[in-house]
Amino acid sequence: MSPPLLGVEEGGQNNVTLLGSSGSMDSVCQNNAELKERNYMGLSDCSSIDSSVVTPGSDESNVSLNLKATELRLGLPGSQSPERNPELCLLSSAQLDEKPLFPLHPSSDGHCFPSQKTVVSGNKRGFSDAMDGFSEGNFLSNSKVDVMLTPRPSSNLGLKSGSMLENLGVQPAKAKEVTNQKVVKDSPHAANETRPNHNASANNNSGAPASKAQVVGWPPIRSFRKNSLATSSKNTDEVDGKAGPDALFVKVSMDGAPYLRKVDLKNYSKYQDLSSALEKMFSCFTIGQCASHGTLGRELLSESKLKDLLHGSEYVLTYEDKDGDWMLVGDVPWEMFTDTCKRLRIMKSSDAIGLAPRAVEKCRNRN
Amino acid sequence: MQKKTAYSFPDEILEHVFSFIQSGKDRNAASVVCKSWYEIERWCRRKIFVGNCYAVSPTMVIRRFPDIRSIELKGKPHFADFNLVPDGWGGYVLPWISEMAGAYPWLEEIRLKRMVVTDESLELVAKSFTNLQVLVLFSCEGFSTDGLAAIAASCKNLTELDLRDSEVDDLSGHWLNHFPDTYTSLVSLNISCLGSDDVSFSALERLVGRCPNLRRLLLNREVPLDKIANLLSRAPQLIEFGTGTYAAELRSDVYSNLAEAFCNCKDLKCLSGFWDAVPAYLPVIYSVCSRLTSLNLSYAPIQNPDLTKLVSQCPSLQRMWVLDYIEDSGLEVLASSCKDLQELRVFPSDPFGEEPNVSLTEKGLVAVSSGCPKLHSVLYFCRQMSNEALVTIAQNCPNFTRFRLCLLDPKIADYRTLQPLDVGFGAIVEHCKDLRRLSLSGLLTDRVFEYIGMHAKKLEMLSVAFAGESDLALHHVLSGCESLRKLEIMNCPFGDKALLANAAKLETMRSLWMSSCSVSLGACKMLGQKMPRLNIEVMDEKGPPDSRAESDPVDKLYIYRSVAGPRFDMPPFVWTMDEDFASELS
Repeated sequence: MSPPLLGVEEGGQNNVTLLGSSGSMDSVCQNNAELKERNYMGLSDCSSIDSSVVTPGSDESNVSLNLKATELRLGLPGSQSPERNPELCLLSSAQLDEKPLFPLHPSSDGHCFPSQKTVVSGNKRGFSDAMDGFSEGNFLSNSKVDVMLTPRPSSNLGLKSGSMLENLGVQPAKAKEVTNQKVVKDSPHAANETRPNHNASANNNSGAPASKAQVVGWPPIRSFRKNSLATSSKNTDEVDGKAGPDALFVKVSMDGAPYLRKVDLKNYSKYQDLSSALEKMFSCFTIGQCASHGTLGRELLSESKLKDLLHGSEYVLTYEDKDGDWMLVGDVPWEMFTDTCKRLRIMKSSDAIGLAPRAVEKCRNRN
Repeated sequence: MQKKTAYSFPDEILEHVFSFIQSGKDRNAASVVCKSWYEIERWCRRKIFVGNCYAVSPTMVIRRFPDIRSIELKGKPHFADFNLVPDGWGGYVLPWISEMAGAYPWLEEIRLKRMVVTDESLELVAKSFTNLQVLVLFSCEGFSTDGLAAIAASCKNLTELDLRDSEVDDLSGHWLNHFPDTYTSLVSLNISCLGSDDVSFSALERLVGRCPNLRRLLLNREVPLDKIANLLSRAPQLIEFGTGTYAAELRSDVYSNLAEAFCNCKDLKCLSGFWDAVPAYLPVIYSVCSRLTSLNLSYAPIQNPDLTKLVSQCPSLQRMWVLDYIEDSGLEVLASSCKDLQELRVFPSDPFGEEPNVSLTEKGLVAVSSGCPKLHSVLYFCRQMSNEALVTIAQNCPNFTRFRLCLLDPKIADYRTLQPLDVGFGAIVEHCKDLRRLSLSGLLTDRVFEYIGMHAKKLEMLSVAFAGESDLALHHVLSGCESLRKLEIMNCPFGDKALLANAAKLETMRSLWMSSCSVSLGACKMLGQKMPRLNIEVMDEKGPPDSRAESDPVDKLYIYRSVAGPRFDMPPFVWTMDEDFASELS
């Protein structure tokens, strides 16, 4: 994790420059795009970042840079590998409810971090540059706004280079023009091949096949309705042989946690994925065991520490099946588990002792 | 000579005058005329609406209004409906109930939306408000049938119990048995959200049978079709009815019983439910179709021609909710048959499918806009749109108050010209001067926001996703939309500039939601320090903000005005940026 910011305790914009570095504009641009790609939702599309690293100064790359920044495939869960098989996508699809907000495992994090640190400074400068344009009072009053922003979208915003807006990859006239071009290219693309999904248009730019991935919150349909749809389609599925329901939300409770969470079992294809997602989701509770709520946020989340807690057998993962019995997670094949699991519970190991034999028994009966 | 002032009406007269003022807005206006009006008004206000439960504290409300009989509270932001707000965020009703228990023993109506309601809260409600008549839990969660049992057992004067779209833990179906045999006052019951085993059917039958004033009954999916006839025969006075599952093997006795039961419901105007509906049983409702003003088929998988045939029999329809199985052809029939139509909602039957499974396009909406002069509220999910269609729709329906278009591929361009849909939506805001609610989708540049800022002067709620190119867009909205109360944004390239430049505007709004945008932590902190009457909530499950760079974009940002100050019931992944935030770091 990056070290705490200097001078942040004093607040205010003055300290913003303390971390300024002398990164060049170009590298800032590039790194910025990487930063944007990465830090947005914590979910890092590291693989595609590698594939999309562009050399500054290349027009084509800048264009796709800008597009990427504006299109915000960032943090769109499931924007992992574009090459993913669409069928598999449904099972391990990133229709993420809680998932998108957790950092990756340390190995991937380590992969991504160094650039992040460099970028920080570039952004810093951009931010303070942006603030240079007006005094403290200005940003609070709309009337001063003309200094910064003109109503005509095509005009340059009058910011110095190195400003944050440019860092974001938005040079109005240029980006728009380019966007339109890209749009023209995209749409026939869209019409011709199997419908590329929301975030796949960026992938289309790089020529990768469209992948179907779901975005949290899109389309905007209430859970109640989604679940009803899911259940109806389940009924017709045997007939049509189509893919199963799109989401399978189950509640997850943890002994001692103040509230429930929900996970979509369709996001995971094996127990390991589910388990690590849950570890992250409930890490704030296990750490919270040691600290009061007030100071909770100030502790650095220690991955190894929480893993110890969970793997050190203090808690086990159990689920309630269709018969109402509580079973240990992991005893049955994954598909059978998703079919029968009604809800999950992370319970203390001491409470879970009686479950194992019953699980085995049931399995035997099923087979 | 003593000067006689104009304000020398006795208080009782003023109070009597105020009793004619029902609207909260008007009452607020009256209360600021002068101190005595403020005092009189606050003593006689009976109904209060709190659009954001964190904007004010229960103590403050009670202090100002000592005798409230009806309260409406809203908790989570709207995007919580789409799973964008993590569990545990907040919106707990218990603190409100606890304080009101002592202060408002005569409370009659409680309406909650998107709040966390525990069984403990419900038990406290049951115990504290013996006069409770109306309990509406709209999109709430956190309670089980145990809580409902407590309400059933204690609230002798209950007339309305509405659980629409709530998430209820099913523990036992016998909560209905807790309504005592002497209880006969039920007027409205909506249990459509309950799961299986939540409703003991015989208890329901008995309840329906002994409540002669029952006018509204919305059942849950688990009630089988063959039980409906019996139920309806006990309540022929129903005005609104929601079936359970509408599928069963075709049996002539069931069919004729149903047909007769429906026929006997002479006041029936609204129908809903129809889960899993099969065409075979549709004709049983034909006898009521001509009277129907509201029809909700949005859970019914029926397709054309059955669907269209049904629709063509309902000339009095004012509100129609349906799945996209209706297709353009069905909407054309709707347009020609239902001249009183005011509200249309078309939901997707296969929202995540890659290929369209039905032939529903912009043409259907154009047809309805052309054929239905009273249409003013639209929610439409489809897969293609053109600027031309939107312009036509706007010209056809200048009376739109709510227009929500959801293109399933959120950045799709005009399918005919491949241009962004800026011009189309621009026409909507330009022609529809009374537009209060707008949801955008499709490929959109900053231009559409320019139009919105310029024309949408009555706009109160705007929902934006995957749109815009720069902060200019956000700036247009914040500086131009004078009536804006709620703004919710997801996945747009909006950063700090517009937000900081329009910080004062935020105090005139109820709330702003921004997720997956580019607002930096530094900007949030600055807002938190400069704007003490705003709560700046940053949500991030990656870790505490102080461990990351100032320039890092925050994952989710929720800003709302509040006179109650920062709240203290936040989960670990929500931080309030206020002037104390910086000093809390250590």
